[in-house]
Formats: sequence, C-alpha cells, structure tokens
Amino acid sequence: MDVPYTVQPRPDTGVYNAKVGMWLFLASEAMLFGGLFSSYILLRVAAGPENWPQGWLSVPLGTINTILLALSAITVVLAWAACKARMFERYKLYQGITILLAIVFLGIKGYEYSTKFTHYQAVMKDGRIADGHLVRRSADAVVLRGEFVKDRKSLLRPRAQATHEEIVLPAADVVSLRSYGPAMNTFLAVYFTLTGLHGLHVLGGVVVFAYLWGPGSRLWKTDPDRFTNRVEVAGLFWHFVDLVWIFLFPALYLT
Amino acid sequence: MQSTSTALGATTSARVQPHEEEAGFWSKYIFSVDHKVVGIQYGITSLLFLFFGFSLMIMMRWQIAHPGETVPLVGPLLASIFGDIASRGVISPDLYNAFGAMHGTIMIFLGVVPLAVGAYGNYLVPLQIGAPDMAFPRLNMLSYQFYFFGGVVMLASFFIPGGPAQAGWTSYSPLATSIPNHGQTFWLVGMVLIITSSLLGSVNIITTIIQLRAPGLTWMRLPFFVWAQFTASFLLLLAFPPLESAGILQLMDKVAGTSFFLPTGLAIGGQLANVSGGGSPLLWQHLFWFLAHPEVYVLILPAMGIVAEIIANNTRKPLWGYKSLVFSALMIGFISFLVWAHHMYLTGMGTRISAFFQTTTMIISIPSVVILTCLLISLWGASIRFNTPMLFALAFLPMFGIGGLTGLPLGFNASDIQLHDTYYVIGHFHYVVAPGTIFVLFAGIYYWFPKITGRQMNDYWGRIHFWASFLFMNVIFMPMFVQGLAGMLRRMSDGGHNYAQLKTGAAGALPQSALGLNHVILWAAVGLALAQIPFIINFFYSIRKGPRTSSDNPWESTTLEWQTPTPPGHGNFARPPVVYRGPYEYSVPGHRQDFFPQNEPE
Amino acid sequence: MSDLSLQEYNRFSRKCALVFAAAVCGTLIMVGASYAPLPQRSYNIAIILAGACVNAALVAGHLMHLLSERKTIYALVAFTTLFFAALVGLTIWSWYQVPGYGTY
Repeated sequence: MDVPYTVQPRPDTGVYNAKVGMWLFLASEAMLFGGLFSSYILLRVAAGPENWPQGWLSVPLGTINTILLALSAITVVLAWAACKARMFERYKLYQGITILLAIVFLGIKGYEYSTKFTHYQAVMKDGRIADGHLVRRSADAVVLRGEFVKDRKSLLRPRAQATHEEIVLPAADVVSLRSYGPAMNTFLAVYFTLTGLHGLHVLGGVVVFAYLWGPGSRLWKTDPDRFTNRVEVAGLFWHFVDLVWIFLFPALYLT
Repeated sequence: MQSTSTALGATTSARVQPHEEEAGFWSKYIFSVDHKVVGIQYGITSLLFLFFGFSLMIMMRWQIAHPGETVPLVGPLLASIFGDIASRGVISPDLYNAFGAMHGTIMIFLGVVPLAVGAYGNYLVPLQIGAPDMAFPRLNMLSYQFYFFGGVVMLASFFIPGGPAQAGWTSYSPLATSIPNHGQTFWLVGMVLIITSSLLGSVNIITTIIQLRAPGLTWMRLPFFVWAQFTASFLLLLAFPPLESAGILQLMDKVAGTSFFLPTGLAIGGQLANVSGGGSPLLWQHLFWFLAHPEVYVLILPAMGIVAEIIANNTRKPLWGYKSLVFSALMIGFISFLVWAHHMYLTGMGTRISAFFQTTTMIISIPSVVILTCLLISLWGASIRFNTPMLFALAFLPMFGIGGLTGLPLGFNASDIQLHDTYYVIGHFHYVVAPGTIFVLFAGIYYWFPKITGRQMNDYWGRIHFWASFLFMNVIFMPMFVQGLAGMLRRMSDGGHNYAQLKTGAAGALPQSALGLNHVILWAAVGLALAQIPFIINFFYSIRKGPRTSSDNPWESTTLEWQTPTPPGHGNFARPPVVYRGPYEYSVPGHRQDFFPQNEPE
Repeated sequence: MSDLSLQEYNRFSRKCALVFAAAVCGTLIMVGASYAPLPQRSYNIAIILAGACVNAALVAGHLMHLLSERKTIYALVAFTTLFFAALVGLTIWSWYQVPGYGTY
C-alpha cells in the first residue's frame, strides 16, 4: 500500500498531504519569528527612545529589497499557475526570475552588512570619539573616513552631513576600536540576528527553487501533478519569507 | 471515502520502501523510511540516553550523600575524562553542575520525549489509524537523524575542555553565557538539532492523523492514544520555536558577543563585563518557559494515551467518558500555552500578572483530574487482568495523582515563595515523570513487545521489575518533599551541608534529619538501578528466546495495530482497513467474543 | 489535462499584477509615514505597522490563497495567531507590572 493523498486531495479535508505539512511548518516558523519579534519589542521599549539609534539603516536600499521580494512573491505564484495551466516553459521563466530576484536581494543585504562591518567607532585617550569607515589600518595608525563627535549619544541620531574627511588616528592613542557589528549595541544585535535568520530562510528558498528549476523539474515529465504540488508548497514557504520581511522592514528600517 | 489509487498509478504516491529483496543492511536498518524502523531507532537510542542520564544521577546522588569523597567504581574514569574538575575522582561543584544540567537535558529532550513521541508515536500512530506509513516517510527518517546528531553533539560536550553546559537544563542567562567554556555553545547547537528533529516529527504526526485515517475512522472513533499524540505534537510544533529563537539569541551572545540577555552594568567575578549591555535576563526566562511548560504536557500526554489503551484492554470494557477524555486532552494542550510564568513567580512580576498565571495554572489542573478520574472510573465493575503492563498502568494512577497534587502548592504564588527552587519541586516533577511517565513507557514496552517481535516478555520477571521499581521510586522521591519543606534548595553540590544546623547553628538551617534522608535516597537509587536488571535481561532474552505469541492479537485488543501480521510488513495493511465502530468495543452484549475489533465487519 | 485554462491563467496574472501594485503602494506609504512629522513618534509607528498588516494580508490572502483555503488551514492559522498574540502580549504585559519597569 502506498501513502495516499500525496497528489489528489483527501475529500473530507480538501487538501493534499504536503499542503497540510507546509502550513504546519509555517505555523512553527511564525512562532519562531514571533519569539524574535517579541524580544525585539521588549528590548527596544526597555531601552527607551533616547537610547535607540535611528537612521542607521539605508531606507532606499530597504525599500528596493521590499519591492524585489514582493515581485518575487508574484513571480513564484505565477510559476505555480503556469504549472497548473501546463505551460512548462512559462514555469521555468517565472521560477528563474524568482531565483534571480532572491539572489539580488541577498546581494543587497550583503552589501548592507559590509557597510556595517567596515564602519568603526574609535575611542581616543583624550575622550574624543572618531566615527567612520575604515580606509586602512597599520601597526601604528588607523585611518577612518568620517568625523569626530563629542559624545556617543549624538551618534544615535542622523546628523547633518559634515564633510567626511580622512582622520588619521595614531594606534597608541586609540583606547578601543569597534566595528558596527552585532556586539556593539542591542539595535545592531537585533538587526543582524533578525535579518540574518531571515536571510538564511531566503537562501534556503533559493536552494529549493534551484532544485525545482533544475534536477527536480524532471518530475514534470512523469508526474506533473505531483510536481505542481511541490511548486505550490515551495511557493507557500516563499510567501511566508516575504511576510516576515514585510514586518521586518518597517520594524527595523522605518520605526 | 474512496480507495486510494490514482489514474497515474504507483508513481503518484510516495513509495514506502524498496522491494524486500533489493534492500541491503543500510537501507533496511539505518536509512529506512519505514515508520516502524524509525520508531525502533528512536526507541533504542532513547533507552540508551535514559540509561546514561540515570547514571549521571547516581553519581550526583553519591556526591550529595558523601560530599567531597571519591566516587566508587568510576572515580578514576571521571578523573581521566574530566581532568581538573574531577581530580582524584571527586565530583567538584563545577562537575556536579555539569552533571545536573546534562541529566535534565538528556532525560527530557533525549530520553523521555523521543521515546514517548518519537518511538511510540512513530511506530503506533500509522498502525492505529490504518495507514500504510507516515504522511512523509523520508521526513521521518530525517527527523531521527537530526535527533541522533543532536544527541552526538550533547554527548560530545562532555569531552571538550571545561566540560559540558553547567547552568542547569534551564540555562538561565547571564550565568549560562558567562561561564567561560564552550559547553553551553554545544548545548545550544545540540538543542537546535533536537528542536529541528522535533518539528519535523510533529509536522509528520499531525499531517498523518489528519490525512491518513482509514475509511470509517472518524475523529471520535480514534483511540485515545492517537488523540494524545496529536495534542502533544501540536504542543511541540508551536511551543518549541520560541525556545529555538531564545537559543539563537543566546548563541549570538556566546559566539558573536551580543547582549540579548546581559543587562547593562553586569559584573562577572567582580569586574564589569565587556559587553554592550541593554539585554534582559528575564527575556530568556519568558522564552524558555514558553516552551518548557508545554513540554511537560508533552511528557505526560502520550503516557496518558498509553495508560488508556492498556486499561481499556485489561478491563475488558470501554473506557469511561471517552468524550471527556478527548476534550480534556485538547483543553490541556490549549491551556498549557498560557501558564508558563508560574515558573517565574519569584522574578518580581507584578501581582496582576502573577494572579493571571496562577488562575490559568489552577484551571489546567481540572482537565488533568478529569482524565485521571475517567481512567479510575473505567476500573469500576471491570474484569481486571493483572498482567505486567496493567500493573505499571495502574500504578500510574496514584503516582500521577501524587505528582499532580503536589504541584498545587507550587501553582499558588503565595505558597511557591516557600517552595520555589527547593527539593519539593524536584519531588513533584519527578513523581510525574518517573513513577508517572516512565512507568507507563515500561508498560508500553511489555504491552506492544508481542506485536513488534512476535514473542512475549516473561511476566514473572516483569512483576519483579514492577514491584522493585515501584518500591524504590517512592523511597527516592517521597523524602524529597520532606527535604523541600525543610528548606533544602535545589542544585546544591554538597547536599546541603553548608546550610546544616550542625554547621551554622542557625535556627532556620537544615536539620540533620533532612540531610540524613540523602543517604536513604542514595540507597534507593542503587536499588532502582538493580531493579532494572531483570527488565534489561528480560527484554533482550525475549527478543530471541521468548515464547512465541499465540496469535497476531495475543491481548485480544480491539484497536487496529493488533489486526496486522506480526510484525507488520511494509505498508502495514494489505488493503486499507475499513472501520465500523469505536476503539473500545469490549464486552459488547450478545457478541460471540468479549472484544469486537474496529475493522471487523458485522 | 490542465487545471487552469489559458484564460483563467491570464485572469490570475492580472490579479497578481494588481496585488503587486497594491503592495508597492503600501510600501511607499509606509516609507512616507516614517518621515511624516506627527506629534508623537508612536503615531508614526502605528501607521507604519498598520500598513505592514495590510501588505501582509494581501500576500497571505491572495498569494497564499488563504481566502479560498479550507477550514483545516483556517483553524491552524487561527490557533497560531492566538498563541502568537499570547506570547507577545503576556510577555509585554508582565514587563509593565514590575516596579520601575523596563529599566534592565
């Protein structure tokens, strides 16, 4: 006896097995991101508005990423509809576009991460704070392209753009040099963790779609209905990833 | 409901197993997708972990009764593995904490839950609902493999420098984060793997129950065991992810230097910690207990399911109050999400929120009592067969009763002030899990052994196993209530000697009688260990040499798993069974036998 | 033997394009709202999150077919939402019950 309802839906529930399985999985993913979002809310409210940075993330880049992901959500469901309409070439086209959009999303995210990792804050012996991007670093000096600020609090808000000039900091005068990574403060910790986990899910989606586009698409010839179901549940996962971003983007970039 | 073939033939449904002749050792026993093999894999692995966790406990009890003395027999081994923290074979406080943390973690996450849900759930659910396998056979195999690797990581942590995690199975930050070894990191990675296994498994069980019930098997004709597994799987599905998120955050704290759970101004060892601060230790507790409370219902629900099956079968009458049992199980599942902060009464929460959680905690005791009452009333007027599984199942009723009742003073925040973090808590939860769940897991092994192997376990030695275990379980855990009420705290590596009245002379210090009980408990633990020997021998001997069962249904049961060949082959049933009646049609008036299997036509 | 005719497919494509256009509008409104000078920051945040909910509903409803899905799925989503709300809500409520709240 073979496992029934892998392709045809079961009459009384109206769904096939993989769809139930995927929605159950998405429910657990909702609780996973829920735990993280509730942590974010708690930590941010506890910090108080004056301690929370604003303007540290690029809204234009975030908006572009949001639109890319929204578009990919459309193309992924059109890929499924093409399968349902037995238009295999159309499926390949839309699925391929989905993969490309996801890769561009990850590329932009990677660029955003790199701007953070190369952005440094140096505390000097005399109490001044230098803030800027790393130009070069040697045994006796650290060179940043940025500015001096009087106290750390002022870094929490967008400042009127002073001219960013090259600052040379003698290594002997530098007390601490930290990059804008997750260890710097709670905002960055939350940002990297949430977007990092989301990015891993995007990557997972890319891997699955690449399989369904490439070697996995052989199933189309022998069992197109089963293949269509796989495309549908993969699409459901992708929509969930998009949903998470729909909340992540405003929560981190806009508020 | 129609039969299952589709126009496109066999390729449209998931293939269960390659043909018998082609399958080699690896695909038949190691990489099998058959739910019965996966169930047995879970069973063997979890029993080994239970044994290992038990050994940790025996060493801890020695240290508690004889603080600072070399552990007999295994002292040199400890010294060679752990080095400094076990010098001269003495369990140092650090090592004691490590054993304590790993005992809890291993027993719960690597022992009881994989046995109750992974082994029993995987093996029996498809059989009891008349399905050929789980809905996702390959996912099933994968879920076992994740569990296995999670276990490997947890075990590996014993051998790294500095030893394993030491901050309790509850891993509270900042302690867990600031202990300067990698044990906690291994714990977190292990937990992520175990949680993944659990999620895949629960998706599988729930989908299987929803989608693969045989024709005629409506929801209210399901055996109570299936309802219990269904509810437990939902708890695992929705409650584990917040712990996973907390685990990710703590992993970031340990590895990436973040401060999710580290507050501003944290001082470690008298020095200001070099962290960004701004985190919250309470946040960890909320996220942890959001899982860990439903987790305890995952520990008990499958056990209640097994007890129900065994009692129905050995009383030869239907269970009393089937509908009440089902709705109570669902209510327990639902309410269990809303009680978690009763583990946090002493964190300084406000009175309103404490009252909320206290109320929900009291409410959840109601369905638990309903279930126990239904099972108890089921015994009324019954023709009870006192075989070994029934003995264990019957013992569950008073043992779980004690465990449950002793939970009440802990659930009220006023009395919890006195009892929180004392041995009373340890007594309470062990009563529920050890003479509670674990007894039932034993019962299930004796009960379903004939179906899995085609042979019977020896009933005489089973009774010896039962009575000895029953005696020693009670001698171990009953004194803990006394110790807890006297004020003995948990997790004290010296068994409380530093707080003894003899030592401090203070009025409220621990009386010598409380400390003396540590010796009683140690000997009872040794007795419990010895009591398992007949079981282990019986188990392995009977697999090869036990008397063959008289039929496919030696217990004369009504449920579907007994209406298969022994052991069930691939695909379980030759064609989907059709179900005509409920699961406990015993002693039906006028029927020629005292049981009426679910799938037997009129 | 296809389940969708070409006509149905084209109609579906058009609906998807509309959903996309709505999602983009929603996004731009959110971005705009984040810069709007309102009396309190929490007003901005409320508008932004409302916009996010609308976008999410569009994706879930139309792209995930939630509006045409069966009871089985609805029940699951309903329970999840409930527990999600309990997790976030109760945790935050307990936060404000501590004297000197939020000052960890």
